[in-house]
Amino acid sequence: MSLDTTVIDSIVAQAEVAIADATDPNALDQVRVNFLGKKGLFTEQMKGLGKLPKEEKPKMGQVINIAKQAVQKLLTARGELLRAEEIAQKLAAESIDVTLPGRGTSLGGLHPVSRTIARIESFFGDLGFEVKAGPEVEDDYHNFDALNIPEHHPARQDHDTFYFNPKLVLRTQTSGVQIRTMEVEKPPLRIISPGKVYRNDYDQTHTPMFHQVEGLMVDKDVSFTHLKGILHDFLHHFFEEEVEIRFRPSYFPFTEPSAEVDIMGKNGKWLEVLGCGMVHPNVLKSVGIDPEIYTGFAFGMGVERLTMLRYGVNDLRAFFENDLRFLKQFK
Amino acid sequence: MKFSESWLREWVNPALSSDELAHQITMAGLEVDGVDPVAGEFTGVIVGEVVECGPHPDADKLQVTKISLGDYSSSTVEKGELVDIVCGAKNCRLGLKVAVATVGAVLPGDFKIKKAKLRGVSSFGMLCSESEIGLADDSDGIMELANDAPLGTCVREYLDLNDVTIDVDLTANRGDCLGLKGLAREVGVLNSLEVTEPIITATAPTIDDAITINIDANEACPRYLGRVIKGINPNATTPLWMVEKLRRCGTRSIDPVVDVTNYILLELGHPMHAFDLAKLEGGINVRFANKDEKLTLLDENEVTLKEGTLVIADTGVEGNGKALAMAGIFGGLESGVTNNSTDIFLESAFFTPLAILGKARQYGLHTDASHRYERGIDPTLQHDAIERATELLLAIVGGQAGPVVEAKSDADIPQTKDVSLRRKMLDRRIGHHIEDAQVSEILTRLGFDVSEQDSGSDKVWQVVVPAYRFDIKIEVDLIEEVARIFGYNNIPNVAPKATLKMVKQQEANISVDKLKQTLVNRDYQEAITYSFVDPKIQSLLHPGEAVMTLPHPISSEMSVMRLSFFTGLLQSVVYNQNRQQSRVRLFECGLRFVPDESAENGVRQQNMIAGVIGGNRTDEHWSIEKAAADFYDIKGDVEALLSLTTDATSYDFSQAEIASLHPGQTAQITRSGILVGYVGALHPELERKIGLNGRTLIFELLLSEILVQKIPEACDISRFPANRRDLAVVVKEDVDAKKVLQLIEKVGGNHLIDLNLFDVYQGQGIEDGYKSLAIALVLQDTNKTLEDKEITDVINRVVETLKTELNASLRD
Repeated sequence: MSLDTTVIDSIVAQAEVAIADATDPNALDQVRVNFLGKKGLFTEQMKGLGKLPKEEKPKMGQVINIAKQAVQKLLTARGELLRAEEIAQKLAAESIDVTLPGRGTSLGGLHPVSRTIARIESFFGDLGFEVKAGPEVEDDYHNFDALNIPEHHPARQDHDTFYFNPKLVLRTQTSGVQIRTMEVEKPPLRIISPGKVYRNDYDQTHTPMFHQVEGLMVDKDVSFTHLKGILHDFLHHFFEEEVEIRFRPSYFPFTEPSAEVDIMGKNGKWLEVLGCGMVHPNVLKSVGIDPEIYTGFAFGMGVERLTMLRYGVNDLRAFFENDLRFLKQFK
Repeated sequence: MKFSESWLREWVNPALSSDELAHQITMAGLEVDGVDPVAGEFTGVIVGEVVECGPHPDADKLQVTKISLGDYSSSTVEKGELVDIVCGAKNCRLGLKVAVATVGAVLPGDFKIKKAKLRGVSSFGMLCSESEIGLADDSDGIMELANDAPLGTCVREYLDLNDVTIDVDLTANRGDCLGLKGLAREVGVLNSLEVTEPIITATAPTIDDAITINIDANEACPRYLGRVIKGINPNATTPLWMVEKLRRCGTRSIDPVVDVTNYILLELGHPMHAFDLAKLEGGINVRFANKDEKLTLLDENEVTLKEGTLVIADTGVEGNGKALAMAGIFGGLESGVTNNSTDIFLESAFFTPLAILGKARQYGLHTDASHRYERGIDPTLQHDAIERATELLLAIVGGQAGPVVEAKSDADIPQTKDVSLRRKMLDRRIGHHIEDAQVSEILTRLGFDVSEQDSGSDKVWQVVVPAYRFDIKIEVDLIEEVARIFGYNNIPNVAPKATLKMVKQQEANISVDKLKQTLVNRDYQEAITYSFVDPKIQSLLHPGEAVMTLPHPISSEMSVMRLSFFTGLLQSVVYNQNRQQSRVRLFECGLRFVPDESAENGVRQQNMIAGVIGGNRTDEHWSIEKAAADFYDIKGDVEALLSLTTDATSYDFSQAEIASLHPGQTAQITRSGILVGYVGALHPELERKIGLNGRTLIFELLLSEILVQKIPEACDISRFPANRRDLAVVVKEDVDAKKVLQLIEKVGGNHLIDLNLFDVYQGQGIEDGYKSLAIALVLQDTNKTLEDKEITDVINRVVETLKTELNASLRD
C-alpha cells in the first residue's frame, strides 16, 4: 500500500504560491509562520502522524520533513531576493550627483621665489651644501671690506647701496654670509645661502629688494673647472633641458678669476643669470684661511631672473605686488 | 664707455664683422651693452653746394636756392643740373656745402622725398639737418659740411655713416680700456694684431710764455704738465670729423677747446683740462684744499672744499692763491675757458687713484675725468696727451704754443711691477693644464715682459707688468689674465670631488619649510613684501615704537624698516581687495628689524612668520554656509603651527591689549613667560584708516620660539576600555574656558586621558551673564577596566573643585 501524500503535496503547492506572492520581508515572514510556525500547517501535519498506522508513521514523517525543507529553501531564496531588491531600492534613493565639487579643496601655494629657492637648495643640498642664513642689515665690513672691496673702491659705487650710516647698510649681496661662515667654520666647506638683498634702484628691470642664492665651496684643490662643472650641471637640471651656457670674464673684487654666466634665451639672446669666480686670496686671508693651501669657488645667482625664465614671468615687479591672481598660479 | 667702431678700426682692424667684434670683446670681459648705428637708415642724400640763394617771393622765412651736385646724376637729377630747392633754415647761405636729399631719397622713418611746391615755388628736394638723417635728436638749422666736402658724393660715404657705436660696460678693474688706445690694445691682443697708433709730434714752442708749476702734494700728483697757448681764434668751430667722432662716443660738441680735451680723453683715455690764462694769477700750485676753501664749479654750484680734496690752485700775486679746479674731477667756473678766451693754459696731469677715489662722490659728482683717475690712467702718457692736444688745437683754433712745463716726483710715479706666476698655482686654480708655450704667448701678447724659470711643476713666469695695468698686482691677477685670454669656454667642466661627510641634522628642528607647507595646506598663499615700508602706515600699527629709517630711500613709502609684517601684509590685502579679490589669506616669512642697542649693529633682526586673513572663511561652496572669517579661524591656523612642536599645550593664549588690534579679540601667545607672538582682529578704526574692507585678522610669531619639536616618547596604548563622561559646566561668561579646562586637568588625576570642550551655550535655560561649557572627560587605566565608583570619584572631585574655585555649577 502506498502512502497518501496528497495533503502534503497540496500544502507545498500552497506554500509555493504564498512565497511567490510575498512582496516584502514581512509578508514573507508571515508565510513562514503560516507554514513552518508552531501552529503552521506542517506542524499540524506532524501532530496528525499519531493517527496513522504504526508502520506508516516514520515514512510519513520523512515525507513531511522533506516537504518542510523544500519550503524552507524556497523561503530563504525568496528572502534573499526581497532583501536584494530592498537594498537596491534604498541605494537608488541615496544616489547623488558625484560631479558636484567636494568640500575643503582649496590649497594655498608657495611664492614662486620660494619655490625656486627650494629647488636650488635641493640641488645643492643633495651635494652636501649646507644652507646658511645671514643678517640683512649688515655692517660694511661684511658687505664690503672683508670681500676685498675697501672704502672708495669703484666697485662699491656699482652697488647702489642703501646706507643707514657709513658703517651700516642693507646688504647688497649674499656674499657676506661667506665671510660670516668662514669666520667660524674651517674648510672643507660647502654652503649655500639664499636671501634678500637690496639695491637702491627701481625700474622695469630692477626692484630695490630681490633675492640671491650664494654658494661657496672651499677645499684643497677646488678649481675653476669645478666651478664650471657644478654650474653647468645646475643650470641644466634647473631648466630640465640642455640650455646653452657661456662663461664670460667679469670682475668681482672678491673672486678671481671672475665670470658672469649667461644662458641662451628663447629669443636667441644671451641672458645673464649669475656671477661667480674663484674666491680671492685676500678674502681667504681675511678669515684666516691660507690661500696657499685652500682654494674655493663662490657664486651668486639672481633668484627672480631664474624664476622668470623658468615660469615665463615677464614683469619683475609682479613678485612683490602679491596679487593673488598671480600667486595662485603657483601651487 | 661708448666708442665708434670705425675709429677703433683706424687703430686695429681685425677681420671680424661688427657683431663678431662685439662678441669677441664681450667674451674677453669687456661686456658689450649695445651696438647701435650712428645714423638713421637713409638713401639719396648727396653732398651739394648752395650756388644761388635768394628770398622767397611770398614767404619771409623761406629761401629759394639753386644747388650744385657736381657730376652727380640719378633717375631724378641730370648730370650738371642745378637743383631748385626751397629751404627754411636760417643758416642756408651762398657757398655752403650741404646734405641734399634729392627727389626719390628716403630718409629715416621711411620719409620719401618728392617734388613739392612751397608757396608757389617748386622745390626738388630738401637740404637736411643732422636730425633729419638721424645724426642728432634735434638740430638747429641745416647741416654744414666742410668746405672741402666733395660735390656729388653720397653723404653716407662722405661721413662714413656705415659705422656703429659700441657701448661697452667696463668693469671697475679695466680703467686701462677707457679710451680708444686701450680698447685697441685689447683688441690687438685678442686678435694677435699690431696696433697702429696715431703719430704724435711734439710741437716746438713758438713763444716763451710759461707758467711755473709747483706740486705740494707729490704723492697725490706725481706729475703735472702745463703749456700756454696764446692767440687762439675764439670764433673757430670744431671740424665735423671731430664732432662726429665725439658724437659717436656719446659726447656732445661744445667748443673747440673743450672738444679737443674730450677728444684726448676718448682717444688716449687721458683726461685734460684747459684754463683761461687770463684768470690765472701767478703760477700753478697743486695742493690739498684749505679749510673752508670755496670753489664755484663749472656747473655753477659753489662747494666748500673738504680738506682731503686735491685742487689745482694758482699762487696769486702775493701768495693769496685761490683754488681753480678740483683736481681730476671738475674744473672751476672762474678759470674755465669761455667763448672769449684767447689765451689758454693746458693741463695734462697724473693724479694717483688713491688721491681721487671717493672724492667726487663726496660732492655728489661723477665726471668722465674722475671716473678715469679713480681707476688709474697711464702714468707715462702725459707728454703724449699734451702734445696731441696742442697739435689738434693749433690746427683748429690756431695760436702760438709755449714750452711744455713739467713738474714731477719720480719716486711717486707708479712703475712697472714684477709679478710672478707659478705653474703649480695656475694649475690648481684653473684645474686645467694650459701648455707652457701658450701661457708665455698669452702673457707676452698682453704686452708684459716675460722671463721664465725652471720647468715642469716648478716653472715660474717672471712678469713685468706695465704701469697702466693697475689691476695686475699679484699672482692671481695673472692667472685670471691667462684664463681670460685662453677663453673661459675652452676650460673644461669637471664635477668637483668632495669628502663625503654627513651633515648634522637635528631631528628636533622643525624646518621653516614645514611651517610654510602647513599654512599652504590650510589655504594660505605665500607673499613677499618689501622689508621697507610706509612710515605713515607702520606708525598706525606700531605707534611710538623706534624704527630704522633709510636716509636715502626709493620713496617715502619705502623708507623705514618693518617692525612687523603687518604693514606689508595689510597693504597686500588692500591691493587685492581693490582688484576684486575679497577673500584673502596670505602669509610671509622673513626678518623684522627692531632697533636694539644690545644687538649686533644695534638692530635685532628676527625671523618671523606672519599671516593675514580677510573675507569669507571658505571659498563659496554649494553646501557650506557663507560666513566671514573670525578670530577662531586664524587662531586655528596658529594652533596648527604650534602643534608641529608636539608641545602645543606649552603655549599660553591670553587676552591682550595692543593699540592696533581689537581690544576684545586679541590674544598674546607666550611660552614659559617668553612672548611668542600675537593673534587677533585688526582694530576696526585701523581697518578704516588703512582702507581695508571688512574684518581682517592677523597673526605673527617669532620663528625661534616655534622651531623646536619635542622628540616623541611613545607610551603603551591601554588594552582596557575608555570611559567618557560629559559635563555641562555653567560659569560666569567672563571666566576663560582655559581656566576651566586647566582646573579639570589639574584635579582629574592619572586616569583622565583626554579632555574636550565640545559646546559653548548661552541663551534659554542659562541665566543671563552665564555660559554653559560642555566638556567631555575621557578616563582610562592602563592596567584594568575602571570601575564605576572610580569614575564617579573623579567626576565628583572635578565638579567639587569647579564649584569651589570658579563658582561653577552643573547645568540642570
